[in-house]
Amino acid sequence: MTTLTLSKALNAGLRKALENDPKVLIMGEDVGKLGGVFRVTDGLQKDFGEARVIDTPLAESGIVGTAIGLALRGYRPVCEIQFDGFVYPAADQIISQLAKMRYRSRGHVSLPIVIRIPFGGGIGAVEHHSESPEVIFAHTAGLRVVACADAADAFAMIQQSISSDDPVIFFEPKRRYWDKGEVDPVAGLASALPFDRAKTVLDGTDVTLLTYGPTVRTGLESALAARQDGRSIEVLDLRSLSPLDEDTICASVRKTGRCVIAHEAPVYAGLGAEIAARVTERCFYHLEAPVLRVGGFATPYPPSRLEDHYLPDLDRILDAVDRTFGY
Amino acid sequence: MTVESGAATTAAQPAPEMPDQAGEFIQLLTPEGERIDHPDYPLELSAADIRAMYRDLVLVRRIDTEAIALQRQGELGIWASLLGQEAAQIGSARSLEPADMVFPTYREHGVAWCRGIDPMKLLELYRGVSHGGWDPEEHKFHLYTIVIGSQTLHATGYAMGIQRDGAVGGDPPDPDDPKASARPGEAVIAYFGDGATSQGDVNEAFVFASVFNAPIVFFCQNNQWAISAPLEKQSRVPLYQRARGFGFPGVRVDGNDVLACYAVTKKAMQAAREGQGPTMIEAYTYRMGAHTTTDDPTRYRLASELEMWKLRDPIERVRAYLVRTGLAEPDFFADVDAEANQIGTRVREACRAMPDPRPLAIFEHVYAEPTSILRAEREQYAAYLDSFAGEGNEASSR
Repeated sequence: MTTLTLSKALNAGLRKALENDPKVLIMGEDVGKLGGVFRVTDGLQKDFGEARVIDTPLAESGIVGTAIGLALRGYRPVCEIQFDGFVYPAADQIISQLAKMRYRSRGHVSLPIVIRIPFGGGIGAVEHHSESPEVIFAHTAGLRVVACADAADAFAMIQQSISSDDPVIFFEPKRRYWDKGEVDPVAGLASALPFDRAKTVLDGTDVTLLTYGPTVRTGLESALAARQDGRSIEVLDLRSLSPLDEDTICASVRKTGRCVIAHEAPVYAGLGAEIAARVTERCFYHLEAPVLRVGGFATPYPPSRLEDHYLPDLDRILDAVDRTFGY
Repeated sequence: MTVESGAATTAAQPAPEMPDQAGEFIQLLTPEGERIDHPDYPLELSAADIRAMYRDLVLVRRIDTEAIALQRQGELGIWASLLGQEAAQIGSARSLEPADMVFPTYREHGVAWCRGIDPMKLLELYRGVSHGGWDPEEHKFHLYTIVIGSQTLHATGYAMGIQRDGAVGGDPPDPDDPKASARPGEAVIAYFGDGATSQGDVNEAFVFASVFNAPIVFFCQNNQWAISAPLEKQSRVPLYQRARGFGFPGVRVDGNDVLACYAVTKKAMQAAREGQGPTMIEAYTYRMGAHTTTDDPTRYRLASELEMWKLRDPIERVRAYLVRTGLAEPDFFADVDAEANQIGTRVREACRAMPDPRPLAIFEHVYAEPTSILRAEREQYAAYLDSFAGEGNEASSR
């Protein structure tokens, strides 16, 4: 075991994938010499060369579109989109091409491409650098959508995503890049939890808190604070946003009888809406209260001096938890 | 109001000018069927090769005509006709090597024909039975792409893969190795139209192909019309001149001259295979039919324009050449016509006999393995369908 920041754990996972499979490529803006604006690809071009760690022209659609061509030729590209708000120029290539090619070809074509996107707010950034667009991709059939929340998962899930024969949109919690965690860098993937499964990060009995990405840590902090009030919150890290691990989610909700969902993305038509509908359908007779959601408002992401109001924090999560006890 | 802002007008656009044939496009066979030599494009085709191209031209036009009729009869949902663009497609596609990879739009029926795609696969798509569904690697012919220009990036990425595979040809990798021989190499051809040149993806493909020196030919069929928008709505400069700004050569060819399209594409593909990077070819042609069967060109262009282009028909000039030079006997033309009739009959009958897919095929091939969500939806829908069993919807038809 070794202690790594989340970004270093991603770097280690990418390095391992590059070592294990000569078809794995990394491509994106500034991913080479600079190592990416968050240094996630630091040192990889030096060790694996410019043919495998490709500094691309500044064009997101071009990055994803040429990655598709490389995948058609048998490669496994890992694309970096520099910031969440810059993924939209690549929307046609992701939504209309990448997601649909297997279906369009009746299974003749596989596109094993990973698109890494640092997402979420909390770093005091300018506009377009703090968004949470995951539901757009979760709504697109043909894509797998995952989000890691800690260093160990970052290390394992990036490798699992690269070995997947499906396209994966891989969300990285950018304000947690510097959070440290224990990683076993020699562990194989065989013992790792499959990347389409949710995991319980804190056991509890009174209410289930479902979250993912940067809000997992917020959720854990909320649960620890709630203990002092005698409330036991079970915290689940969803990890896979498409498909959802409904069995794990529903087992927890049936146990606790209450469910709160927290994410940074706007609540309206967000992932929480889909989860609430499914939990209500499958756990109806176990619920003591309606499923509640905490998240971003139905506004664009605000200027950063206001983001603490926008982002779901400990108090807003606990407020929702309290409300589930009011029924 | 300035003079410029008064430019919006409902008046019909003037017919496009033909380029100066001596300087502004490569032509090896005039509309009258006269062979012209060009110093840069010597033609290495036998009489049999040219007869074979004539056959291709006639057969793909016949398939196209048949498909339009099938749409009119309600057998196809829609059809995008290649009428007028046969030479650009057959000439370019017949110049390719088997290992070359093709990225088409949705109108490349002539190219598909040359790559061995069963025309019924194309009809499947336009009937709504599939979204295409052939194996791109088997034919080295990618799926039809409907969003304009998206495939040019896939083509560029594929060409970048050829580079990484060490499959660009040219000089042997080790010049000191006496056993090493020059490698033939592989290259990619991306088809697109004049309208696509305005798309960001096409321009990004030009940038990526240029800076990575990718083995690719960008083959633009300038058919003068992007549905109702004439070329001047896309560009103030001739399209082939765009290439220069991206740092690779552009060449314009008479797109209705199958021999010139063959020679120009062959040379550009060879350059790409040998590591000399991209070329853009503008095949100057004309969409003689509607954009698709849902379109009505009489709303936006003059009939006289079509009449002018009929005089430059891509098939008639080859026939005139073969007749004039005696390279084909009358029997040859009769045989080709008979074959076209047979294919027409086969296409018609096979289209009408084409069954709808099973309902549960909806759920297939979304992921490598169905996800939990997908399995649940499939099971629910199967059970729903089964609830009608005995009402003529047997489970076996799922």
